[in-house]
Amino acid sequence: MTITSPVPSAASTDPGVFLSVEDLRVHFPTDDGLVKSVDGLTFDLRRGEILGIVGESGSGKSVTAQAILGLHKGSKAKISGHIWLDGQDLVPASEDDMRAVRGSEIAMIFQDPLSSLHPFYTIGNQISEAYRVHNKVSGRDARKRTIEMLEKVGIPNAAARYSDYPHQFSGGMRQRAMIAMALICEPKLLIADEPTTALDVTVQAQILELIKELRNELNSAVILITHDLGVVAETCDHVVVMYGGQAVEKGPVADLFDVPEMPYTWGLLSSMPRMDRVRQTRLTPIPGSPPSLIQVPKGCVFNPRCRFSDRVEGNRCFTVHPDLLPTAPGHEVRCHIDPEERRQILLTEIRPNL
Amino acid sequence: MIRFIIYRLLGAIVVIWIVSVVTFLIFQAVPLLSHTNPVYFYTGKVPFKPGSPQLKALTHRFGFDLPLYAQYWHYLSGILFGQTITDGVSVPIKCPAPCFGYSFRQNELVGTLIAQAVPVSLSLIVGSAILWLVGGVSVGTISGLRPGSAIDRIGMTGSLAAVSLPIFFTGPVLLLIFEYTLGWLPDVSYAPITQNPVQWLRSMILPWVSLAFLFAALYARLTRSNMLETMSEDYIRTARAKGLDRRTVVIKHGLRAALTPIVTIFGIDVGTLVGTTVITENVFNLRGLGFLTISSIQQQDLPIILGVTIVAAVALVVANFVVDILYAVVDPRVTV
Ligand SMILES: Nc1ncnc2c1ncn2[C@@H]1O[C@H](COP(=O)(O)OP(=O)(O)O)[C@@H](O)[C@H]1O
Ligand code: SF4
Ligand SMILES: [Mg+2]
Repeated sequence: MTITSPVPSAASTDPGVFLSVEDLRVHFPTDDGLVKSVDGLTFDLRRGEILGIVGESGSGKSVTAQAILGLHKGSKAKISGHIWLDGQDLVPASEDDMRAVRGSEIAMIFQDPLSSLHPFYTIGNQISEAYRVHNKVSGRDARKRTIEMLEKVGIPNAAARYSDYPHQFSGGMRQRAMIAMALICEPKLLIADEPTTALDVTVQAQILELIKELRNELNSAVILITHDLGVVAETCDHVVVMYGGQAVEKGPVADLFDVPEMPYTWGLLSSMPRMDRVRQTRLTPIPGSPPSLIQVPKGCVFNPRCRFSDRVEGNRCFTVHPDLLPTAPGHEVRCHIDPEERRQILLTEIRPNL
Repeated sequence: MIRFIIYRLLGAIVVIWIVSVVTFLIFQAVPLLSHTNPVYFYTGKVPFKPGSPQLKALTHRFGFDLPLYAQYWHYLSGILFGQTITDGVSVPIKCPAPCFGYSFRQNELVGTLIAQAVPVSLSLIVGSAILWLVGGVSVGTISGLRPGSAIDRIGMTGSLAAVSLPIFFTGPVLLLIFEYTLGWLPDVSYAPITQNPVQWLRSMILPWVSLAFLFAALYARLTRSNMLETMSEDYIRTARAKGLDRRTVVIKHGLRAALTPIVTIFGIDVGTLVGTTVITENVFNLRGLGFLTISSIQQQDLPIILGVTIVAAVALVVANFVVDILYAVVDPRVTV
């Protein structure tokens, strides 16, 4: 694969980083105004690592995923920033260059496997098509490889089910087939956009297990998008919490669950059902709704819903946009409250209710 | 699949049977409601005084004095097995199955008249259907892929104009240009394809275009909106995410889905046109089923109207049947 890019390979300072998203912005001009779906997102990802992106719906997770795959090319979307994949910037890459990357270097699985599969072609046809785009092989070899992949993702009787249509598969089987399709070219980066949201809990666990296994086998980097912190806790190494198109907290999974520091993350944690122990209090969903991405609140994006904005002097929550600042190694938080005070609030006011 | 076909076939037969009953009843009702002896609608005149024994004899000969079910059976058995027709004066006429009766006005078997008209109608319908399908789908696809672009606007404005222009306008305009002004088509009289294919083509080209014009416009709009909808489907995103080139995404994944519902509409449209292309046939002086229908209505030639009605109904039912089968083939989700 070659990507012709006008920007020289400068990427991240860390040589282990495989994907580096830098100040990514995806804005959609619409009749109502400019929708700032992603506004200054930065994160790094290594091979073999699973990064969770969490946030309520509408926070820009899917738009980010599609930007990485270059799927906004050819639309009206305005994209800026950098997406360094193995040292090459994908933002300025042409549609043709992206085509070579899609499926082979970066693959994606989507939330709703039924609507993501073409209703008129067999499962086998659709998966082997994904293989043949990037590999010059005969139809028979593609078929063989497809059946292998179907077996690998745990579809019983794979050879016979090759000729089934998507509607003849169950939800879980469809998502397995999508995973087989995504992994057939052994991509170095797998993006799973809410892969288990449409599935029931048992199937959900199986699918996540499968993603982890395949990560181990291929040593791929994985981005797991979800609005379910439970999924993150079980699966991911690192987490980015997104709110209103921005990262509001980032860090290793352990930090995020043990010492979260951003009020929005606290809100997410309080609204998460616990499997491990009995809650002291009721689940408390975050009051209010996600911000408009056209008229983003001035100051902190979270301010209309934040219980703690009065703890910051000088009304700064409503006037100054907070930066995403490190608070511990690898752990960054976007909030005006002083880190010491945040930890105090966590201990005294948040932790007891989790 | 076999069971599905048999089901649909049985359904089609039932519908045709119902059509035969309904048309039969309508043509029973007409003489009754207009207080006219049914003999009039068969022979064009009532040769004897009302109530005269001669008229009674004639009515009896045609079977109009029989009970309704017997008359229906007479009519149905004629279609199924043929019959011998006589007015009691002339030489009896053998009318083989499917016998739609005899037009005493035209002195011809209805079946023969229909058989002469069908090739003309089929030439017209099939040719223009191909034209409008190819034309409409192409324009619609191109427009649907670039909504709001100049090419989309030209295509859609053009098709709006085309839907608004009636055939009795476009037809004569085409004739004026190509036959009279440019002189490219000096003689457009119809010739059967089997006898003179070149003349057949020459006679058909303008009717095809003017009929297709109207439908192409509808199909362009339909294809455009289907294409727009399809291209925003999740599976199109999946196709792109695989790294497929645009052609494959558009044709294999997009068009395939966008055209599937058009199969249905196309079949029904073609079926409906049998017997209803009256204006086109009139403008271009083609003696097809539409022309036959209109002239027989004007002359109140009941046997012909009856025959054409049945033929048109059968055409529609057959089109429906074919569409159902085709749909089951193109859409695997249809359970068969
Ligand atoms: N093509 C588009 N044009 C305009 N707005 C869009 C477009 N795609 C997404 N958006 C908006 O961007 C926001 C983020 O969407 P998305 O990334 O799908 O959220 P999520 O985090 O639930 O995946 C939403 O408010 C959505 O309405
Ligand atoms: S900056 Fe202010 S409004 Fe934003 S999260 Fe922190 S306290 Fe809340
Ligand atoms: Mg989403």
